[in-house]
Amino acid sequence: MTTYFNEMFQDGNVRSPYARLEGWTRDMPADLRLAKQAEAEALFRRIGITFAVYGEGGDPDRLIPFDMFPRVFTANEWAKLERGIKQRARALNAFLVDVYGRGEIVRAGRIPAGLVYQNAAYERAVAGFVPPKGVYSHIVGIDIVRTGPTDFYVLEDNCRTPSGVSYMLESREMMMRMFPDLFRENRIEPVDNYHEILRRTLASVAPAKCDRDPTIVILTPGQFNSAYYEHSFLADLMGVELVEGQDLFVDGEYVYMRTTEGPKRVDVIYRRIDDAYIDPLCFRADSMLGIPGLMDVYRSGGVSICSAPGAGVADDKAVYTYVPEMIRFYLGEEPILNNVPTWKCAGADDLGYVLSNLGELVVKEVHGSGGYGMLVGPKSTKLQIEQFRALILANPGNYIAQPTLALSTTPTFVDQGIAPRHVDLRPYCLVGERIELVPGGLTRVALTEGSLVVNSSQGGGVKDTWVLAE
Amino acid sequence: MLSRTADNLYWIARYMERAETIARLLEVGARISLLPSTQGYKTEWDSLLKASGNSGGYVAKYGPPNQHNIESYLFFDRDNSNSVASCLTLARENARIVRTALTTQVWDALNTAFQELKLLEAQPRATLELSRLTDWVMKHTAMVRGAIDATLLRNDGYNFLNIGYYLERGDSTARLMDVKYYVLLPRAGYVGTGQDNDQWSMLLRALSANRAFHWAYGGEITPAKIAHFLILNPQCPRSIWTCVAGMNNHMARLATLYGRDTEAQVATTALLAELQDQSTDQIFEEGLHEFLSRYIRQVANLGVVIHNSYLSGDMH
Repeated sequence: MTTYFNEMFQDGNVRSPYARLEGWTRDMPADLRLAKQAEAEALFRRIGITFAVYGEGGDPDRLIPFDMFPRVFTANEWAKLERGIKQRARALNAFLVDVYGRGEIVRAGRIPAGLVYQNAAYERAVAGFVPPKGVYSHIVGIDIVRTGPTDFYVLEDNCRTPSGVSYMLESREMMMRMFPDLFRENRIEPVDNYHEILRRTLASVAPAKCDRDPTIVILTPGQFNSAYYEHSFLADLMGVELVEGQDLFVDGEYVYMRTTEGPKRVDVIYRRIDDAYIDPLCFRADSMLGIPGLMDVYRSGGVSICSAPGAGVADDKAVYTYVPEMIRFYLGEEPILNNVPTWKCAGADDLGYVLSNLGELVVKEVHGSGGYGMLVGPKSTKLQIEQFRALILANPGNYIAQPTLALSTTPTFVDQGIAPRHVDLRPYCLVGERIELVPGGLTRVALTEGSLVVNSSQGGGVKDTWVLAE
Repeated sequence: MLSRTADNLYWIARYMERAETIARLLEVGARISLLPSTQGYKTEWDSLLKASGNSGGYVAKYGPPNQHNIESYLFFDRDNSNSVASCLTLARENARIVRTALTTQVWDALNTAFQELKLLEAQPRATLELSRLTDWVMKHTAMVRGAIDATLLRNDGYNFLNIGYYLERGDSTARLMDVKYYVLLPRAGYVGTGQDNDQWSMLLRALSANRAFHWAYGGEITPAKIAHFLILNPQCPRSIWTCVAGMNNHMARLATLYGRDTEAQVATTALLAELQDQSTDQIFEEGLHEFLSRYIRQVANLGVVIHNSYLSGDMH
């Protein structure tokens, strides 16, 4: 029987960061809790924070479940996480500049050439181009799990367009609105300047040819995208236009947006669409979403694209296993946050181990995301395991495996009262002229008892994440 | 502002105004059904349907007009692109796309209407009084309007919203009058009979102008006074003059803001000048129906010109 680290209770005692929350829950009558829960749901619906799941149909205005029990870190715990996250974000960007440049890490034999240059996410179109300030990934979402008092592991990196930051901000708004007393009693670091830092970060990577206060836009695939709410929320907070591909066009050396006053030049595009869809002349010719000619303007320094095209090669799940190596190679430091030990099914030894231990492992697709296409061995039936075995054998290079981590739990409101549920953490590290991190992140919680899958597309919810001031 | 955003704002206003027009029509219908009329009330429902601008769709789906079906069709039916439910949904859909151009209060008002609509739709029809439904629409359209006036920046987006409101409102006033134009025609045999008075006050009621009319004119109701009130009187909030002047005003503000004139502004100014030269005598001389048909065509054309001037993203 695995034992799980409970972030609030240890050996029957309440851990210090949660000390004040114990009384809060003890004194809260059940009917007040239900009333607050209903109030939160009504508020979320009114604000319009909804979440659509790809391929599931159903209610397009579904709410993401919100749990009112906060997740808490001490200043010390956070200081270590912060150093580890920033270190990782720096190394990932150094790696990207390197592999689109001289490829020193490959020449040095620290990472296999095929894994980089034959990777589906490697964009030949930007080889030799260095984006402003040498930054490819401007918003790095790093998924972290905890297994003990001082044990944190990085589960995966998201270097392209990590989503969810609106839930971090709205969860905090909701908690401050519903439980102001908690914020008077606890000294909680604020996260509400995230959009200002984001704006500053984007402005700091304005293109070479921009000689004025840069015009920033957010590029969205449109209102039917599951994260559309977040796109419009961030545009609103930053006071920038939310554009679709059809609103932009290329004329000569620059990109313009169509406005009621005529064309207006755009300098920085924070895009929330994939590389494949940004320019039909350069990438997918069948894309209706893109802006023809955008990449030519980009490569000649007329516009910045965040994250930079090609950033995806750094967050591939097979490349992930080499991130500690990147940290040593580029920064000359030891990794502060550990990777989860990972077996790559592409190798014969690893494949053999994985196939004989499927019942204990988590197996993931190399390019998968959102909790789809994965096997959680201990939670699966014999039939599911055998079906997955066939998938792996058919294409071993497409899979990696990791031990089933004993994800920490935090108290969570459930129908029966309060019960421990598994959580993870996604902080959002901003990389421009400087590297910055707001003290907090998105805590996702698996609401189903015993479940280790926290993805919102699979029934996960969100919590407010607190970092206590010293 | 993005052209696409301006387009969405303009349509939010048009759909909200259209929902209100339909609700007002239904209110009039409900009132007629309470009158002790022995004949004619079927034809009244028929003309309401015509005024709603979608009688063809109704006949294809339900056949001959009857009160229950007309209520369903005009309020709830999603097959009817002009139903209250369709309009509120489309207004909210447009708003969702341009959340960044709206204040929280405006979004909240639009979204609340939509969420409550879903609750209404889930209730059995038998439990829903028509008067309650029309009151509900009036309340929500007023809340949206109020939120716009009280909280929105007076920028170009505000002007596009107002252009949409005025254009739709002027169009619906003209259509409503056109459906009933014959009751306003001077006909010796009917003048002063009770039926005409009912018809006239119904028209005023449909434009929420019954009491206002009496305040503005006093004395006997006459067709000429009604026509003047609904077409040329700048005091009447729904008169054609008020609506064209409103559009003209907001386009002039856009011209100042953008530092350029547009084809749309030129067309609106010309339309306003034309109205200023009109008298009710001239209108009756041209023929009320002819005048109204001409105006409806001019408004449709103006819609196209507005699209070309501001909303298409191409420069004219």
